[in-house]
Amino acid sequence: MAWFKKHKEQKTEKKVKIPEGLWVKCDNCKEIIYKKEIEKNLHVCPKCDYHFRISLLERIGFLVEPGSFESIDDDLLSNDPLKFNDSIPYAKRLESNKGKTSMNDAALYGTALINSRPVCIAGIDFSFMGGSMGSVVGEKITRAAELAAEKNLPLITITSSGGARMQEGMFSLMQMAKASAAIGRLKDSGCLYISILSDPTFGGVTASFAMLGDIIIAEPKSLIGFAGQRVIEQTIKQQLPDNFQRSEFLMEHGMIDLIASRKEMKSTVYTLISHFMPEPVES
Amino acid sequence: MNYYLDFEKPLEELERKIEDLKKLSDTSEINIDSEIKKLEKKADELRSNIFADLTPWQKTLIARHPERPYTIDYINMMVDEFVELHGDRRFADDAAIVGGIGKLRGIPVVIIGHQKGRGTKERIQRNFGQPNPEGYRKALRLMKLAERFKKPIVTFIDTPGAYPGIGAEERGQAEAIAINLQEMSKLNTPIISVVIGEGGSGGALALSVADRLFMLEHSVYSVISPEGCAAILWKRDGAAVGAAEYEKAASALKITAQDLKSFKIIDDIIPEPLGGAHRNPKLTAENISEYIVKAIETIGCKSCAKLIDERYKRLRKMGSITQSETSE
Ligand SMILES: [Zn+2]
Repeated sequence: MAWFKKHKEQKTEKKVKIPEGLWVKCDNCKEIIYKKEIEKNLHVCPKCDYHFRISLLERIGFLVEPGSFESIDDDLLSNDPLKFNDSIPYAKRLESNKGKTSMNDAALYGTALINSRPVCIAGIDFSFMGGSMGSVVGEKITRAAELAAEKNLPLITITSSGGARMQEGMFSLMQMAKASAAIGRLKDSGCLYISILSDPTFGGVTASFAMLGDIIIAEPKSLIGFAGQRVIEQTIKQQLPDNFQRSEFLMEHGMIDLIASRKEMKSTVYTLISHFMPEPVES
Repeated sequence: MNYYLDFEKPLEELERKIEDLKKLSDTSEINIDSEIKKLEKKADELRSNIFADLTPWQKTLIARHPERPYTIDYINMMVDEFVELHGDRRFADDAAIVGGIGKLRGIPVVIIGHQKGRGTKERIQRNFGQPNPEGYRKALRLMKLAERFKKPIVTFIDTPGAYPGIGAEERGQAEAIAINLQEMSKLNTPIISVVIGEGGSGGALALSVADRLFMLEHSVYSVISPEGCAAILWKRDGAAVGAAEYEKAASALKITAQDLKSFKIIDDIIPEPLGGAHRNPKLTAENISEYIVKAIETIGCKSCAKLIDERYKRLRKMGSITQSETSE
């Protein structure tokens, strides 16, 4: 709990380059908006409903009761099995991302309350190496699924990721299989799995646990897909259609259950859980 | 005429010479047999030297060699009474993945694999071995059929990756792969996977969640292609990226059968004839059959619950992490 408070002061708004001031330019509609107004609006543009990229802890914060999130296994660290070294050694890259985000890797998981309902929750923060999935991220998603199955809790994941973590090579790819297998077991145990997709969710994360939700919910206008847009454009040598890989596009093609704004996410998730997995009444 | 890769060029010269001499000895009176034998021995030595010391990038090129046997070639050599089965029953039949049932050394198996295609026309028809969602859905349909009739599943991995296209995204490429990963982890029948060429990321993984994962000696399996990795790392400000960068990326990514065996990500390496699988496809097919049959015999006697449990444990071990003891 202390851990959560420690991180709460952090502003991890990396996508939007906020000038040192009181005003913010919206990425989508380019309007200049009073910063406090955006913050009060859960980092959603009041003019165009654009959902700014926010940190995982902020996302969890909007979804669960204040202070109820208890993070587990924060001390999991990657071993850098490939001793990967490009311009910067991977080990150094990890260190600088730790400093930047105050997280040990891109994922968190733990338990929390939504209203009074205990849930298991896991997620990926885009600001840590593009939310890429290496061994630690895969392990945390897997442990979250196992914990939910053991405690008979619904599992909620919130993703924002560029995909696999290249620097961990095949160890990274194998996380997709590991996490998907754990999700399969969770479902067989009778627990509900809700996957919340936020901007952006791609590659190995989409092609594993994120698209395996019993219920899949996306934030409005989020970019979600398997292949990145540049790769597709280079392959097919065509312009991509408007709205391609946006939440609304996925909805139209039957790939997700619903689109929910940040403001209604908590109540949507809670209602679904109370329908599918009502808490046993204590006698 | 054989197709030679760049690093095989010294070999090419020598072998051309041998061919010429052979033609000469057929037509002339002079006995040059001993000369030919000498050169052939030299060629063998040269080939051994070249192949003893291949770089990961060179292995990648062998794995993608245009003459390398593909899934259908191996099926033709290994499987009797094969019947190919088509379609995902939802949208289309994806020619980039083939599947069917037949007998491998007398054992009925369902066999599924990526198929690249030979020659321009077939390559296009097979989409260069890059499946669309319907390919993965066809594969899963056949795997469920195998489960119902208690047939072991054999998969051959050989793809640059799942196809990055508009239709693929519209029809749920990510979901198709994800479902295969989830379902394969709990199929009630043994699954043996063999990387025969190129294991390209999620598109390869979607057919290789298995009880035994083998790789041919000169095959590769990677989370991203060396070219893709090089482009991300070094293609800044429009700088050109070429063979030197691909060499570096291929080495850094640790994609060879030998690397992955040392990481315990794969179970074993299936030997190839000197010069690569395409130099002696029959022998390669024999080797593959040997490993598959041995694996089926070892796994076959297990109860279903134990089989699935052990498969989960295999997956569960994947990763390279430490947990410090100073946790709160
Ligand atoms: Zn706006």
